[in-house]
Amino acid sequence: MNQRVPSKGTPIASWRRLAANRMFLVACLAATLLAVLVLSALLISILVDGWSSLHWDFLNSFASRKPEKAGIKAALFGSLWVVATCTVLAVPMGIGTALYLEEFAKKSRLTRFIQLNITNLSGVPSIVYGIIGLTAFTRLFGMIGANDAWSIGSEESFFYLRLPFGPSVLTAALTLMLVVLPVVIVASQEALRAVPKSLREGSLAMGATTWQTIWRTTLPAASPTILTGVILAISRAIGEAAPILVIGGALLIFQTPTNLMSDFTVLPLQIFNWAGRPQAGFHSIAAAAILVQLVLLLIFNGTAVAIRLRLQKPLQ
Amino acid sequence: MTPVEQSTLAQVTQRGRIVTRASREGAERVVRGALFLCALFSVLTTIAIIAVLAKEALTFFTLPNHPEISVWQFVFGTEWTPLLGAKPGFGVLPLISGTFLVTGIAACVALPVGLITAIYLSEFAPQWLRTPLKAVLELLAGVPTVVYGFFALTFITPDILQRVSRWVTGEEVFGTYNALSAGIAVGIMILPIVCSLGEDALRAVPRALRDGSAALGGTKFDTSIRVVVPAALSGIVAAFLLAITRAVGETMIVALAAGSLPTLTANPAAQVQTMTGYMVQIFLGDAPAGGVEYQSAYAVAAMLFLLTLSLAWIGGMVLRRFREEYD
Amino acid sequence: MSNDTIARTVPVRMSSTSTYGSANENATNVCLRLVHLESWYGSFQALHGITLDIASNAVTSFIGPSGCGKSTLLRWMNRMNDTIPTARVSGEMTLDGEDILARTVDVVDLRRRVGMVFQKPNPFPKSIYDNVAYGPRLHRVYSRPDLDELVERSLRAAAIWDEVKDRLSQSALGLSGGQQQRLCIARAISVDPEVLLMDEPCSALDPRSSASIEELIAQLSSSYTIVIVTHNMQQASRVSDRTAFFYEGRLIEFGETEAIFTNPRHKQTEDYVTGRFG
Repeated sequence: MNQRVPSKGTPIASWRRLAANRMFLVACLAATLLAVLVLSALLISILVDGWSSLHWDFLNSFASRKPEKAGIKAALFGSLWVVATCTVLAVPMGIGTALYLEEFAKKSRLTRFIQLNITNLSGVPSIVYGIIGLTAFTRLFGMIGANDAWSIGSEESFFYLRLPFGPSVLTAALTLMLVVLPVVIVASQEALRAVPKSLREGSLAMGATTWQTIWRTTLPAASPTILTGVILAISRAIGEAAPILVIGGALLIFQTPTNLMSDFTVLPLQIFNWAGRPQAGFHSIAAAAILVQLVLLLIFNGTAVAIRLRLQKPLQ
Repeated sequence: MTPVEQSTLAQVTQRGRIVTRASREGAERVVRGALFLCALFSVLTTIAIIAVLAKEALTFFTLPNHPEISVWQFVFGTEWTPLLGAKPGFGVLPLISGTFLVTGIAACVALPVGLITAIYLSEFAPQWLRTPLKAVLELLAGVPTVVYGFFALTFITPDILQRVSRWVTGEEVFGTYNALSAGIAVGIMILPIVCSLGEDALRAVPRALRDGSAALGGTKFDTSIRVVVPAALSGIVAAFLLAITRAVGETMIVALAAGSLPTLTANPAAQVQTMTGYMVQIFLGDAPAGGVEYQSAYAVAAMLFLLTLSLAWIGGMVLRRFREEYD
Repeated sequence: MSNDTIARTVPVRMSSTSTYGSANENATNVCLRLVHLESWYGSFQALHGITLDIASNAVTSFIGPSGCGKSTLLRWMNRMNDTIPTARVSGEMTLDGEDILARTVDVVDLRRRVGMVFQKPNPFPKSIYDNVAYGPRLHRVYSRPDLDELVERSLRAAAIWDEVKDRLSQSALGLSGGQQQRLCIARAISVDPEVLLMDEPCSALDPRSSASIEELIAQLSSSYTIVIVTHNMQQASRVSDRTAFFYEGRLIEFGETEAIFTNPRHKQTEDYVTGRFG
């Protein structure tokens, strides 16, 4: 008895199939090379435009109507102030949310809703967050009029606070917090999920409470991954221009921030401002500012990679 | 005898101060409550977004001195001329078409290139090449969008589009601002998203399926195209949708490179304005707060929010509905 | 029947009387011949000097404790080990007298001729029909009626046609484990292989499904050369004509199944088949 399945149909020569395989590989390499090519074109064109304008005076002067006299001191300090404040606000909030969802919450309908809500928030354009920041923080929903504005300290003191916040460092930090919060939450959740269940069980079996287990076992084990995610989120915040533009970041400013209520500008907004002008001189200093911005980013990403390499080893 | 040996283990254990059950559970409750408030904050954010956009858009549609503005006329009107003093037109279609044109161009650039790169990284690339390639993509992902806008304005338009079109047609087809240049730059911006999410989806396909195809005599190409990509399709589609959502909401690139002339056109060489581009124009201070142009920006923002929300929603649905569960 | 099928039914070479290949003394055909095969993963040597002949149209089973190299050996027979970067091999392996370990071998064609069924059923997330049609479509261009016929014959040969004929367009992932494994067998024979390699095909299945697969193997043995790796000694004794016992990368004993189980010549084989270790 022979049950063999008969071979009908026209054979496809095996060299043709191998040729298809090879052609696809070539297409793959071409597509991948394109990414490398684009990055090189980007870096080279910006280096060519901006290298000549990049010198110490450029870092140490304020904006000016004349491109050769303009600098990025205000923008650089503004960016650092805003990002530092944003980190202080967003990181505890983000990790707290992730901890609640991963370690405490039961699989209820409310939990699912919060989770879905976070996923959706990560898709909201940053300019929309800018509008919310403008309404909620700059103007405090219009609840406080110009006459009954409230404040502590004087404008010079480092703890100066006023309501509403106006277009200040704190407003920008709060707005950027909204932008990066979903990123921080999702990254922290993934890090917590990657911690082996056996670690938690080991701690619980010693009679530890949920929180003791989290604080002494789970969180330390997840912290390198969380830290990497947080740094990448913050590096996104430092590159955002749209929400800052909407909440009223200053376009021309001649001082660095002194407290949370100071007027400010940030690097990306300064770049946008200069790039949008027709004169070539401003394009050159925009390119120089971009170089500074990219160096900042490289520092951030480099730190993230270093932490990943150094601290992840013991867990594996 | 050392002192340690004089007492039993149980005696040593007894020396510590007892943490009472009440204090333990009290602390637990406080922590749990605080963390719950953190989680609630994200819900509050959503509520704030919806409330603010709804209220301000409603104000726009009910402005007493502009009775001609209606939701119907806003959604289906083809004239967007808010800053033309005497007879402003508030039909949002030109802004939507501008957004779609730029997004469409970006998708044409990023989706095929991104998917092929993802397949290469997941199925073909040797380890020594994977690491630097992923680093390049990570760098591209980290570049601020305002930098891509500058790149579009000062490199893609003059050094590529204008040069090539002059060489091919002998005429100046592209102006300083055009949809194509902005679209290409947005495409470059979303490329790393397509790549990395696409690669994740492809890598999640179990090895057993690849072995099954190889054992039937499939080449790597056959296996990738006929087994791995179809098996990862839901993840790939979700990656596409997320990338498109980002493209729709992208602001700084279009504000710098696409122009500020709302046009209902499909011509990639034309100057267009997108929804986000219009919002930048208004909030940059052209219009007085509370005026009709200013309020119109909120209506546009509400439109944009709805658009991106529905895209995110469709993406989530695709993932949940069509995901193949492998163990 | 196509030309190549006819060509294959012609006896290729009489078996030689090598030290280990003695089981083939009364076999007419040798399908696969292995001479002093050695294999490494990186610096770990997984196989030591394997020499054996596998007879055509019969079931040969490989038994032995975990890590004894039997799966490694199986995966060289269709060069699946090529997908593992650190895997190396030396020695000789011929299929119908043709060297299949050479660099120049077209592995794509080799794998068409040597089908494989895996430990865990691995149907593609496609319809039942597309699962079976996948292999044929890779190698040939078919008319629709031809392809329909091919799918039906493959499914019939794998004894699953009656269960799935009404739902060919439904996802293969909806089938039970045993059905999935029979579908994978149908998929493997759809490209008309000479040899079927089975890597513990029943280890992920319940006893009833295992029984149906074993029955199927017996049916298929008249048309295909089958090599099956198994942990289950009862299974080896039920389905196979010849059995090879491996231990720590070496072929300890090879012969008629009955002889191996009732009258083993080596102490290690006896200990293993009587359940004293492994």
